[in-house]
Amino acid sequence: MADTQRPLSPHLQVYRWQVQMVSSILHRATGIALAVGSLLVVCGLLHLAAGEESFNYFKSLIGSPVGLVLLVGWSWALFYHLCNGIRHLVQDVGLGYGIPQFVRSSWLSVAGSIVLTVLVWAYVLTPGGAA
Amino acid sequence: MSAKDVVVKDRRNPLKVARGLGSSQSGVGHWWTQRLTAVALVLLGVWFVVTVLCLLHADYATARATVAKPWNALLLIAFVLTMFWHAVLGLQVVIEDYVHVRWKEVVLLVAIKFLAVLGALASVLAVLRIALTP
Repeated sequence: MADTQRPLSPHLQVYRWQVQMVSSILHRATGIALAVGSLLVVCGLLHLAAGEESFNYFKSLIGSPVGLVLLVGWSWALFYHLCNGIRHLVQDVGLGYGIPQFVRSSWLSVAGSIVLTVLVWAYVLTPGGAA
Repeated sequence: MSAKDVVVKDRRNPLKVARGLGSSQSGVGHWWTQRLTAVALVLLGVWFVVTVLCLLHADYATARATVAKPWNALLLIAFVLTMFWHAVLGLQVVIEDYVHVRWKEVVLLVAIKFLAVLGALASVLAVLRIALTP
């Protein structure tokens, strides 16, 4: 344990910012956010099981401005963690460890998550389009 | 007898002391389970997002009937269990990396496990209640 004065992880102060760092930090940050968001799934299921009134209350909560902002955040976190998670699984197989590939796949995770988030919310917010 | 001889109490080989500590215990199991649940969550997560999007403007009866369908109930329970399992494995690593005060670390590690088990049980009970009550 840390009864020591040497610098401890994360060594943010000694590194120049680069996209591989961002993608790694974001993976943890979105993971934590999603762990909190998992409670929303539990809430939704409990309200659905509890009856119509309860479910409509839940729908009004997540449909409120604050609820929608949180949902946009959580959906991006989910898509980012999904894209970057697939990237890590590919790396676990032993692929994509060259520095140029590593940088490219980092950008791909970030871009892919934004594209997916925009697509889903375009679908959600299109009047009449989303059935 | 010099002071140096008094200090040396443990005469075991350093390797003997180190064995059984650190990554020689269940590190590989943790790593592998995290990947296994990750692969499952790629599939179940995409299914979950699509299912929720299909229920976007659904009323209560439709939402309930959708969850009550056998396949949906099964996959939903699988999704929730895998989600909490994966979340605990991930949070555990984050806590072990960044919480440098031992008692806080242990309290957090226990707390996330308790919360995850409660969350998983509550979700499963809710899905079963929806699926099994007509």
